[in-house]
Amino acid sequence: MVQDGSRDKWSLGLSGNSSQLTKYRVRSAWLFILPTLLVLCVVAGWPLLRTIWFSFTDASLSSLGEREFIGFDNFLFLLQDEDWWQSVSNTVVFAIASVTLETIFGLGIALLLHANFKGRSWVRTAVLIPWAIPTIVSAQMWRWMFNDIYGVINTILMKVGIISNPLAWTADPSLSMAAVIIVDVWKTTPFMALLILAGLQMLPQECFEAAKVDAIHPLRVFWRVTLPLLKPTIVVAVIFRTLDALRVFDLFYILTSGSTDTMSMSVFARQQLFDFQSVGLGSAASTLLFLMIGLTTIFFLKIGRSKSDQQEDA
Amino acid sequence: MQTKKQKFILYGGSFFVIVIALFPFYWAIVSSLKSGSDLFKTDFIPPSFAWQNYVDIFKEQPFGRNILNSLAVAFGTVTICLTLAISAAYALGRVSFKGRSLLLLTILSVSMFPQVAVLSGMFELIRTLNLYNNLFGLMFSYMVLTLPFTVWILTTFMKQLPKEIEEAAILDGASTWTICFKIFLPLLWPALVTTGLLAFIAAWNEFLFALTFTVESQARTVPVAIALMTGASEYELPWGKIMAASVVVTLPLIFLVLVFQRRIVSGLTAGAVKG
Repeated sequence: MVQDGSRDKWSLGLSGNSSQLTKYRVRSAWLFILPTLLVLCVVAGWPLLRTIWFSFTDASLSSLGEREFIGFDNFLFLLQDEDWWQSVSNTVVFAIASVTLETIFGLGIALLLHANFKGRSWVRTAVLIPWAIPTIVSAQMWRWMFNDIYGVINTILMKVGIISNPLAWTADPSLSMAAVIIVDVWKTTPFMALLILAGLQMLPQECFEAAKVDAIHPLRVFWRVTLPLLKPTIVVAVIFRTLDALRVFDLFYILTSGSTDTMSMSVFARQQLFDFQSVGLGSAASTLLFLMIGLTTIFFLKIGRSKSDQQEDA
Repeated sequence: MQTKKQKFILYGGSFFVIVIALFPFYWAIVSSLKSGSDLFKTDFIPPSFAWQNYVDIFKEQPFGRNILNSLAVAFGTVTICLTLAISAAYALGRVSFKGRSLLLLTILSVSMFPQVAVLSGMFELIRTLNLYNNLFGLMFSYMVLTLPFTVWILTTFMKQLPKEIEEAAILDGASTWTICFKIFLPLLWPALVTTGLLAFIAAWNEFLFALTFTVESQARTVPVAIALMTGASEYELPWGKIMAASVVVTLPLIFLVLVFQRRIVSGLTAGAVKG
């Protein structure tokens, strides 16, 4: 009976009652988010602020407590440090090369998985395996395959006749960059392929049927229909991957044997922090990386927004 | 109707993709089963099945302990993460209030943080809390990696639940707590499995924090143990054992992928495409 009464009030839409309900729901919503927000403030917000604060001090690892404020000295030092700039350029080259290759291969694999043929699920399973293997493990597996004397890659390349002498994949700076890119492409193309595949499956089928009826060449359909329709999905995937590639650590740490010529920004920052114990300088490097990723994000958001505005105008 | 040429491209391409995707893992298995000087010959099939490497990693190294550490950290992270994320996702997905999209954006942007940007602050925090060289310290720090995307993905799943159920529950006077945990939670099981799996894999694979916040080999997780495995001398890496360890930690993941591949794919795409 009581329930019926409340239902009547509800259906009559008594404004006082329903706004009370809204208030109750909003209040409990905040209560429900509060624990998550608190945890995020403690594990993300606070450490980030501390890192930024450290970057203006001369803190060292052995005596974190005794530090002095030194203004922008750490940043000025980094601006003149060749090793730092080397790590910046390594990171940027790595990000551009690996994301480009991953997008191309990911698109190819997505189209393959979108086609209807027997054994498609096998390909999908096989492709997921590199994604699931821990980065450290895949780095070690490839490091062994890249081994200059006993590595299987040199053996295969020499048998096929592409090279005549074994290459020092992990010692030579330019080769080790190639090695890092190869391993990253191997590991993260599946992610790209799955995202693009999901985008492909959401495209309206009518366009493709119409193209088929008009007997338009598949390649033309791909360039004129599939690719433009897929663009938003690809852009999102590229943003995710670029931001991820800029903070790369594991692959460089394992595959390049820690030489200063082949460090990523994250590796540089961690080396300053823990191997050289200069928390101030390392924090400054981390802060710069954070700023770089933040600016890249804003840049992507701006591009995305202005593009979608243009589309709305047209 | 597929022409011969199309078929050739499809099957040729598939074959190529499968070989590239699986060869490194196959090579790790082959290498792990070679002993002594066989390791340095590039035979594609091991001459004899030598299990010694597998025995050694558990005898000479605390690898069993490392696996237990990784399991504990990963399960702990997933449990804490899901508990927090369910209620947050309910609020963000089902209730409309001022500042909701800003909150979602902030949470998403945390998942874009480079780990190294919180490294020195986190190091200080973990030492202050006395969690250094401790599994709880790792679970604590992994929240920054797993919580944002868990909330994000669960929110998209929450939004998809039918409105009618919630309205009926409100009419019956159910509290928000009841709606979230008694009515929606049972419906969300598939989504929880998906997000839990992704968080588990993220925690199981994490390297930078685990490397920095542990010091003894007993406290290490699997990735750190594999990265820092050394042999008799510093320059002579025990490749056979490293490969054996790699195979041991990868097999369970491959098993998970085989069993849950649909769920993993739906989780990955729910997080990105709809966002």
